[in-house]
Amino acid sequence: MSVAASVDAVRGSLRLQVEVTVADGEVLALLGPNGAGKSTFVRILAGLLRPDRGRVVVDGEIWDDGATFVPAHRRELGMVFQDALLFPHLSVADNVAFGLRTRGMRRGAARERAAGWLARVGLEELGDRRPAELSGGQAQRAALARALAGDPSLLLLDEPLSALDARTRLAVRAELRRHLAGFAGSTVLVTHDPVDALALADRVVVVEEGRVVQTGTPVEVSRRPRTDYVARLVGLALLPGTGAGMLVRLDGGGTVAVAEETSGPVFAAVRPESVALYPTRPAGSPRNVWPARVVAATPHGATVRCELAGQVPLVADVTAASFAEMGLAPGAEVWASVKASEVAVYAR
Amino acid sequence: MNRETSRVPAPLLLPAALGVAFLLLPLVGLLVRTPWSQLGNQLAAPGVGEALRLSLLSATLATALSLLLGVPLAWVLARSRARGVSVLRALVTVPLVLPPVVGGVALFLVLGRQGIVGSWLDDAFGITIPFTTAAVVIAETFVAMPFLVISVEGALRAADARFEDVAATLGAGRWTTFRRVTLPLVAPGVAAGAVLCWARALGEFGATITFAGNFPGTTQTMPLAVYLALQRDPEAAVVLSVVLLAVSLATLLLLRDRWLGRGAA
Repeated sequence: MSVAASVDAVRGSLRLQVEVTVADGEVLALLGPNGAGKSTFVRILAGLLRPDRGRVVVDGEIWDDGATFVPAHRRELGMVFQDALLFPHLSVADNVAFGLRTRGMRRGAARERAAGWLARVGLEELGDRRPAELSGGQAQRAALARALAGDPSLLLLDEPLSALDARTRLAVRAELRRHLAGFAGSTVLVTHDPVDALALADRVVVVEEGRVVQTGTPVEVSRRPRTDYVARLVGLALLPGTGAGMLVRLDGGGTVAVAEETSGPVFAAVRPESVALYPTRPAGSPRNVWPARVVAATPHGATVRCELAGQVPLVADVTAASFAEMGLAPGAEVWASVKASEVAVYAR
Repeated sequence: MNRETSRVPAPLLLPAALGVAFLLLPLVGLLVRTPWSQLGNQLAAPGVGEALRLSLLSATLATALSLLLGVPLAWVLARSRARGVSVLRALVTVPLVLPPVVGGVALFLVLGRQGIVGSWLDDAFGITIPFTTAAVVIAETFVAMPFLVISVEGALRAADARFEDVAATLGAGRWTTFRRVTLPLVAPGVAAGAVLCWARALGEFGATITFAGNFPGTTQTMPLAVYLALQRDPEAAVVLSVVLLAVSLATLLLLRDRWLGRGAA
């Protein structure tokens, strides 16, 4: 494996204890809410912060282990920050060539290489511009070219898309995905947006309050979230409980019927589209039926996402048409039902 | 359209107008009394050109010296987290509030022939500083450098330090980062500080006359020449003053258009 880092650091009121490994060519996403310590962690990887205790080893070379500390400028890395942070006094091309020049490449060669990178991110026409003349998306592309131009063994992306507007973010994300696929080194992506993590990463590490709470592939993390935060991000209702055969007794009271036998502490996860809402108790005998109250409703494309309160807190997606038909609004009393086969259940 | 609340309250109007008059009237008076017809003759008089040249030279040298010492000092004041930096900052700005004559006396006590450093310079190298052009430059630097330091320190504090992080991740060591990133970022602040410093050095009187004396050709700068002329030949004093006024106004315009225009104005 190419990057192995474990960090124990106190920053303000936060104790950060995170351990990760990233293979060559792998993209690891650190996903977590603001203030979870993700940025602190990548700044430690970059050598911009020195942890109280920690170990950073890249390609067998010790960057940081308490005794040895390789300063940031001697680490073979590239970093992209939330705001592109292109040097305002240099042209776009000189920005991209900056790292090559500081690492001793001759001016001509550096310019040529920078031009090549600008072409790869689709900015070949803009090399002579000043950064202030670029749009947000263009600036972030140039920042990516600047980070990659030095051929780093580790690429750090600290919320690279957060400062962009929605439409630009989509385009830059797609482009980032393309470049990451072609990048031979290890990548660590910090984001609080699950879409970034799911779209770009091979593996996701969820960090909350300075600790790793879940690790897995994007599919695993989104299908089987282990904390409320992730569940909420991926739009699932997460119900912790105890398995009892084909039933899960929820910690918050009530039971959920499931399609497979379980025992011990488990999570039951319910996707919003599998929750059906009824104005009155539905006829027939669906086993999972609960009374609930709509507490929030937000339009989501052609559907409306309703947050439900009650003994079993759920999230339900209903079509805009039935939302209107049923006269739903925050405060409305409804019945929610889920098929047992639609409930994902997995060990805690 | 104007914001209604931005109109000046009446009680402020009169004092403000008086303030303007107070600041501008002396300058108007100077211009009214200037013997414009004899301007050429007066300027060509021996000593005037010499004093002007010496003034420009010594102010420029003092500015260069201030840049050399003041920019690194400003960096330390802005970025160092060492203890005592705030005390250091206070000490550095003392020359701003110190009467220049006192500065001159202090310089004399240190660098004079009997001074702590001066006697050593004299013994070891046979160098005497007081009453030379070098003394003029030193006196002007002493008084003017804090203007540069404060201006550059402010610019450094306002500059986004994250650019320095970016430079580090791009392989730039601290010195390279300072030269290629930090300094260009604060260049407007450095330039504004240098102009302020130069203008202050140009007008320096107290410390100069105390420490460097008033010798035509070597230490008699424009302000000293003006003072001396006022006692012998008031008309010459007026002419010299107008020249200094012109130089100052030119400096101000330069400052405003080039460096302050974007943010302020």
